Amino acid sequence: MTRHDKNPPAVQVRGLVKHYGTTKALDGVDLDVREGTVLGVLGPNGAGKTTLVRCLSTLIRPDAGTATVAGYDVVRQPRQLRRTIGLTGQYASVDEKLSGRENLYMIGRLLDLPRKDARTRADDLLERFSLTDAARKPAAQYSGGMRRRLDLAASMIGRPAVLYLDEPTTGLDPRTRNEVWAEVQRMVGEGVTVLLTTQYMEEAEQLASELTVIDRGKVVAEGKVDELKAKVGGRTLRIRPADSSQLHAMAATLAAAALNGVAGAQAVADEGLLYVPILSDEQLTSVIGVLGARGFAVADIGTHLPSLDEVFLAITGEKSSGNDTSDDEKTEVAA
Amino acid sequence: MSTATLTKPVPDRQQPPRPAAVADEGRIGLRGNLRHIGALARRNMLQIKQDPESLIDVLLMPIIFTLLFTFVFGGAMAGKGNLDQYVSYLVPGLMAMMGMSVSMSVGSGINEDFQKGVMDRFRTMPIARSSVLIAKIVVEVGRMLLAFSILLAVGLILGLTVATSVLHVLAAVGLSLLFGASLMWIFILIGLTVKTAQAVQGIAMLVLMPLQFGSSIFANPETMPGWLKSFTDYNPLSNLADAARGLFQGGPVAHDVWMVLAWSAVITLVTAPLAIARFRKKT
Repeated sequence: MTRHDKNPPAVQVRGLVKHYGTTKALDGVDLDVREGTVLGVLGPNGAGKTTLVRCLSTLIRPDAGTATVAGYDVVRQPRQLRRTIGLTGQYASVDEKLSGRENLYMIGRLLDLPRKDARTRADDLLERFSLTDAARKPAAQYSGGMRRRLDLAASMIGRPAVLYLDEPTTGLDPRTRNEVWAEVQRMVGEGVTVLLTTQYMEEAEQLASELTVIDRGKVVAEGKVDELKAKVGGRTLRIRPADSSQLHAMAATLAAAALNGVAGAQAVADEGLLYVPILSDEQLTSVIGVLGARGFAVADIGTHLPSLDEVFLAITGEKSSGNDTSDDEKTEVAA
Repeated sequence: MSTATLTKPVPDRQQPPRPAAVADEGRIGLRGNLRHIGALARRNMLQIKQDPESLIDVLLMPIIFTLLFTFVFGGAMAGKGNLDQYVSYLVPGLMAMMGMSVSMSVGSGINEDFQKGVMDRFRTMPIARSSVLIAKIVVEVGRMLLAFSILLAVGLILGLTVATSVLHVLAAVGLSLLFGASLMWIFILIGLTVKTAQAVQGIAMLVLMPLQFGSSIFANPETMPGWLKSFTDYNPLSNLADAARGLFQGGPVAHDVWMVLAWSAVITLVTAPLAIARFRKKT
């Protein structure tokens, strides 16, 4: 046992394998979620994220490897494990024909709350998730955001120690997505351990402190969000010259100046922008210095960090994993 | 052992968590199971309340079928003007037929439930997985009872006579409910096996029609050719129809009652574990 550890991970996964026929949905996944933190599991469609969550919530049995949640083994102690988890997402849901309150009351009863407590808990959660006004309406009449909030409330009734959020905002508009994020952040603030799967980099960035990137059932990268970004590279300088005809001259000047480590200045004529990858603040200063010294007028300048999309693409090295460009290409071929 | 307490895996925040009634080993006691079945049965009843149209089959089927069969076949069977004689033959047997039709709907109901996400939530909760199925059966047996009540009411209006006592009639109703409940396990198993609810209906109809008409429900098997009569003799619906008829009209019923009890027991013992295992594994 891990008694010597002060805080054993709330979720511990070692060498988890799950086959469906010949396809390996999970191909030896290792990960830890530290107590009270949010681990983002990031990956394209079909990477194995949902299979992972289904294994960890005892919906399916892994073929090999081990996984423990709150110290309980998913295969040997499923009953105890189910008392400690909450599940929200693509699949786990509520009964659409029942009202929000009826759903929460039912779940409270299934979790062995006495009638009165189940009722109070339902009302408390409805209020907390701003659903009191819709409490008596059937869930089928709820908007997308209300549905997800009800899902979250349903997962919270048993005060789970570990909460799985399986693509919690897939299909939501940006405003409702922000609402859901705020709720999740609030729950994390209360000490819930969260395993979040998502294909949105922004979501992982918003909610997770650490990331595990999986692709085709394997962990391809892991670490803190910033670490992963640093791995891929530093910032990019974006320079807009006052006179766009000078773009190429500027790029040539930078190349000729051969500043320490600054390489690959790229002029994009369509955008009228010059992109310069940089690794440090000193490089930023020297790039500006060189351009100023040669008398180029700069209208605008900015830097941007690589987005997690870029990080993800850099790690998996696969351009076609669920981003828009591949679709565009297909349309062009078809046209 | 203070260290053990410190590393206790489930952190209990603020409020006292789950009640003590739950054993720590995770086993669910009988009371817990009954509570879960109650909560889930309540869910199924609320669904009906929310969608009263789902009761149309059990409300109208007994009326339409009884009227139809009585007036179409009654004259031919019992002779013109002797309709009530046929009604008294038909109605007890119709319980067997309607019990089967109602239990069929369980299969598509379970299948539809699985198309939605709520089943996954149930299956990640600390409840016995069979309680979801049992709750469904409890509510469907209620629907069946409603159908039988309407059937008997229509029958009485059309001239059904009961030669025995109310207790005998109740025994016949109880026997039909029991047999219907055992059939539900078969349809649950089908519902968990095929892909869509429509497929459940399709398969069920193929089974239903020969069993319902190749029985003693509508006509006396003595009038049928030998091969068909052998089939009806072994058809449990014949046993049920004959048992119910005997309980309504008097006469020897022991053999048929035992046959129905045996069929119900065998069907349940074979298909219930299969259905529960299927439910457990279904992904």
